[in-house]
Amino acid sequence: MANANALFAALSDPTRRQVFERLQSGGRSVGEIARNLPVSRPAVSQHLKVLKDAGLVSDRAEGTRRVYYIDPQGLAAVRKWLDQFWDVALAAYAEEVERSSGES
Amino acid sequence: MDQRIKPAPVRKSVRVNASPQKAFDVFTAGIGRWWPKSHHICKADLDTHVIEPRTGGRWYERGVDGVECDIGKVLVWEPPARLVLAWQLNPDWTFDPDLITEVEVLFIADGANATRVELEHRNLERMGERADAMRQQIDSPNGWGALLQLFAQTVSQERSAS
Repeated sequence: MANANALFAALSDPTRRQVFERLQSGGRSVGEIARNLPVSRPAVSQHLKVLKDAGLVSDRAEGTRRVYYIDPQGLAAVRKWLDQFWDVALAAYAEEVERSSGES
Repeated sequence: MDQRIKPAPVRKSVRVNASPQKAFDVFTAGIGRWWPKSHHICKADLDTHVIEPRTGGRWYERGVDGVECDIGKVLVWEPPARLVLAWQLNPDWTFDPDLITEVEVLFIADGANATRVELEHRNLERMGERADAMRQQIDSPNGWGALLQLFAQTVSQERSAS
């Protein structure tokens, strides 16, 4: 149900895959992920954004740090899918209310 | 990995030019007229959607071949103000009677003949708990580990094809 193409596209970049794999052993900050990677922190942040948009990675604030995690069950992807689904469904619902109100 | 992330509920709000009663009726009795036809769980194309109008009522879809497929049930039926549905679909889009995620819909009067409809889809983490339970029996395809494997296979197939 989560868009497999989007997931694969997110993982198709080798550096992005490295970023993703660095999170396999647990949550890390951007600085920790960037360490020993041949790319800048802003580049790592950009990769994390793509992974997050694909629902592969979540983040949360821990004190002053922002820590990134792999969602072990892919629930971020599920949630993202449901979020989009309800947007579409409620827009159609609102249209139907207007339409059927016009009739009565 | 024991790290667990609890997904936030999905929250949506929409304002419609109708009374709460009308808004409630269209949401429930009229669900077959607005539910996106592209989203169905029966094998056949979607014919209609049904929410039985009572607490404990079924929520299901019917395919054009007449086969009914459960989506969930009605947990709270309080027209015209409140509706709570159980969404019992797994992340792999199959009905699971032991899974209950809640969809609460509030119909709040907002001026004359207008209603604010607030929807919250919550307990999404239970999908993960059920996925864990099933993984003990079969290797669930929902985890990211399986996803990476699938990705690796796809890449290697493309490489060998080129």
